[in-house]
Amino acid sequence: MVEVKNLLKTYNHKTVVDDVTLKIEKGTMTSFIGPNGAGKSTLISIITRLIAKDSGDIQIDGKDVLKTDSNELAKKISVLKQSNSINLKLTVRELVSFGRFPYSKGKLTKEDEKQIDEALEYMELTDMENKFLDELSGGQRQRAHIAMVIAQDTEYIFLDEPLNNLDMRHSTQIMKILRRLVDELGKTILIVIHDINFASCYSDNIVALKDGKIVKQGRACDVIDACVLKELYDMDIEIQQVGDKRICVYY
Amino acid sequence: MDYKKKTVILAGIALALTLLYILFDLKGNIGYILPRRIIKVLAIVLTGGAIAFATTVFMTITNNRILTPSVLGLDSLYMLIQTFIIFVFGSNSIVMMNSSINYLMSILIMILFSLVLYRFLFKGEKNNIYFLLLIGMILGTFFNSFTSFMEVLIDPNEFMVAQDRGFASINNVHKDLVYLSIGIIILALLYFWRFYKYLDVLALGKDDAVNLGVSYDYVVKRLLIIVAVLTAVATALVGPITFLGLLVVNITYEFLKTYRHFYIILASVFIGIIALVGGQFIVENIFTFQTTISVIINFIGGVYFIYLLLKENRSW
Ligand SMILES: Nc1ncnc2c1ncn2[C@@H]1O[C@H](COP(=O)(O)OP(=O)(O)O)[C@@H](O)[C@H]1O
Ligand SMILES: [Mg+2]
Repeated sequence: MVEVKNLLKTYNHKTVVDDVTLKIEKGTMTSFIGPNGAGKSTLISIITRLIAKDSGDIQIDGKDVLKTDSNELAKKISVLKQSNSINLKLTVRELVSFGRFPYSKGKLTKEDEKQIDEALEYMELTDMENKFLDELSGGQRQRAHIAMVIAQDTEYIFLDEPLNNLDMRHSTQIMKILRRLVDELGKTILIVIHDINFASCYSDNIVALKDGKIVKQGRACDVIDACVLKELYDMDIEIQQVGDKRICVYY
Repeated sequence: MDYKKKTVILAGIALALTLLYILFDLKGNIGYILPRRIIKVLAIVLTGGAIAFATTVFMTITNNRILTPSVLGLDSLYMLIQTFIIFVFGSNSIVMMNSSINYLMSILIMILFSLVLYRFLFKGEKNNIYFLLLIGMILGTFFNSFTSFMEVLIDPNEFMVAQDRGFASINNVHKDLVYLSIGIIILALLYFWRFYKYLDVLALGKDDAVNLGVSYDYVVKRLLIIVAVLTAVATALVGPITFLGLLVVNITYEFLKTYRHFYIILASVFIGIIALVGGQFIVENIFTFQTTISVIINFIGGVYFIYLLLKENRSW
């Protein structure tokens, strides 16, 4: 369980994360939505110890994140940042292998190789595993980064806008894979996502953020609501029921 | 050819050049010349290796290919120490003439300076490696200005001595200092061994390193101390020479085309040795001591960078 209490972060007198309190159950997929600058990335980065908080309390499975050994934590939580720019001459497979570092410290075992193979297969990257990252398209590179996080094989997975640069097929495919990770392997996934229809269709819970504050959190069907979305995005969004899915029409 | 083979080849060239340097034109009183040449080549190998090593680690920590440990202000501090000694005691004083005292004092001050700087900067929670670089640069500039200030005040003859210290020179290195340097470098390497495995991950950048479980501040601070010690040893041994690292590490990455630090470090050390031993060989046997190793390295470095610029330009 991820528990965040009264989290606060200020940059130059601007409060970016404003008294956020959250509880994320194990084995669920939670989407974070909200306009640009709402503080989603900052929140995710603070929970995953990439950025220091000003005040508040973060516990994962009852343990304070900042007091947990960093390497142990790396076997429990993994995070994919919003923008990834690596300027090393790396092949796809080498990048994905880095996901095993918390376990093997660079000396890959058979088990590591197996996990790497699986992650590559999941992301349909097996046939380009020996290509260099700078020879790939933006979407392929993004998938390689996701594969690295999958290879890290953690209980909790944080993804900041992982669908960046992806076409429809791959977006859908990745959301399905994430769903499978939750349903079949019991992983807990926290994902920042802009397409509210993906959030609506694939996640169990949604947290809506604006100006650093939580506007609403709850089950996906409760948050995907015309009133909530109007408050969030300042625009009228019509919601239609298609089968068992709630689809937002905002064009 | 893969990076492993290339590393082995570089090792071969480095060894061959070293032997060439020792054995070339060896005649006369061999019992006198040979030990002196060996000490000298040892000093060159240590310097080239230490600078290459320190620069590789430093560039990985800071995730860049342009800044060398000289931005930590150590070269400038070295010059300040030398000028200050001349200013206060004069160039004929024991501190200036006795190279051991000078060496030990320079090393101690440089390492102490780095430790204080790091301690100060890593104390708060909001430490930032770029802030460290900024402070290092500012202090370096301050040291330079202070050096110039003292140089203006001293006697012109003393000024010449001070200026001379600004050029790396391998011509009169005392053997005790070489042994001492070997000792310090071995200690630094033993300490480094625990942190070596983190370098590949650190090269991904801070966030990825933290995500993969590296205790970032702890590891980076210790690596920076190793960088400072190696830089201080090389500088105290032969003078300001950190510019060599820029050239060596860039050539290494260009040549090896891998990210694996095990090979990058080895290869950069070999290239460092090749550049310095080769450079010194040219200085002694072609220019017959009419120029200094700094000039040769700067010249080759300049040409190489123009080549890089032209090459990059074409690929656009
Ligand atoms: N390092 C920083 N310094 C100053 N302001 C920042 C910094 N990082 C983010 N911000 C500000 O914090 C706000 C939230 O940013 P972010 O968390 O990236 O939003 P989101 O991911 O929801 O689009 C923005 O207004 C942004 O300008
Ligand atoms: Mg963001």
